[in-house]
Amino acid sequence: MLSTADWAIVALSLKVALVAVALTLPVAFALAWVLARTRFPGRIVLDALVHLPLVVPPVVMGWLLLLGFGSNGPAGRLLEGLFGVTLMFRWTGAALAAAVMALPLMVRAIRLSLEAVDPRLEAAARTLGAGPWRAFATVTLPLSLPGLIAASVLGLARSLGEFGATITFVSNIPGETQTLPLAIYSALQLPGGDVQVARLASISVMLSLAALVASEALARRSGFGHVA
Amino acid sequence: MSLEVDIAVLRGERRIAACFTARGGITALLGPSGAGKTSVIEAIAGLLRPVEGRIELGGEALFDAARRIDLPPEARGCGVVFQDLRLFPHRSVRDNLLYGARFAPSSARLMTLEQTCAFLGIADLLGRRPRTLSGGEAQRVAIGRALLRGPRLLLLDEPLSSLDGARRDGVMAVIERIRDELGLPMVLVSHRAEEVERLANRVVRLDQPLLA
Repeated sequence: MLSTADWAIVALSLKVALVAVALTLPVAFALAWVLARTRFPGRIVLDALVHLPLVVPPVVMGWLLLLGFGSNGPAGRLLEGLFGVTLMFRWTGAALAAAVMALPLMVRAIRLSLEAVDPRLEAAARTLGAGPWRAFATVTLPLSLPGLIAASVLGLARSLGEFGATITFVSNIPGETQTLPLAIYSALQLPGGDVQVARLASISVMLSLAALVASEALARRSGFGHVA
Repeated sequence: MSLEVDIAVLRGERRIAACFTARGGITALLGPSGAGKTSVIEAIAGLLRPVEGRIELGGEALFDAARRIDLPPEARGCGVVFQDLRLFPHRSVRDNLLYGARFAPSSARLMTLEQTCAFLGIADLLGRRPRTLSGGEAQRVAIGRALLRGPRLLLLDEPLSSLDGARRDGVMAVIERIRDELGLPMVLVSHRAEEVERLANRVVRLDQPLLA
């Protein structure tokens, strides 16, 4: 069914998406916590900034990433100088683009679940002897687990589908930055590429379905209180 | 172990002042709803910072505005039974009971899990989840959780208000046994005079708060 080249595209897409989600999850959690639990001047601005990738055209986000993380961008030069990491035209750059685009969705999902956790439970844990971090790790974190799972799956699905920011920031290089949507786009440009388009598109649909089913199953398993 | 409280706390626009000393036995905070009884309990537990005054337990300052002392809740050694109980929904009854026990130094421990279960009659609930408990069961689990934390002082916020007749008597008997058998000092919040009459050694009245 699938050619070796197809498998390579799927593997690269999964690698990019998984790295993107792993990168975004702690950042999204921290932002969600700040937005859900703290009040400070400028919170609305932070909220708006977090949501920017959701409303700005992806090509603009890609261009902003080029400005910041390109080889002449300040963050790009810093990463190159400190860690020898280049993002431009690399799969790592594709992961960053996917991460940035997935961030708002992930923050929203986690924030909803954090807002549903009663902060008075954390206060109860404190009176029982737990320090602030311990109370957070033993009460708030496990209670917001369904939200973390939902956020990861949403982020994964969003990352697998990421196109505009990726092609703008890291271009469409087979074997390096050519993820599923980019490969489908390339195949569409080729005469006689219809069969490959159909194959890759089916994989795309199946991956998304699998992610949704997995998330539902995980959410059910982490659900508590249903059984005595 | 004596508790000395002389504080003023702000709740929104309202200023709530409380000044009392509690030695052994049960000290009841009695007052109409809105008098700030819960705020005083929260201030003693370290969950609400008073605007002024001091709180001392056994000679140790838990809070002292003048000396800038404000111990965090986990360092105060106060067990709290909240009015809304606040059992952890994601943990079994056993894990709820043992939550604070691991933080308690062995010198502070009052009793083991088995002793607590026997004392409160909750041994057969250990595997259950909090949401499957009845009001009286949940109340006793909340008391057990606070006891296993090894407290120097037990704060009870309206422990009987959500219970009906028979269950109320059961929990009242438990509170009396904590007073008589464990000798643990308690501060009990209530708005019902008859509860206070039966349980308390001392009554502190909190009246309508002053406007700040």
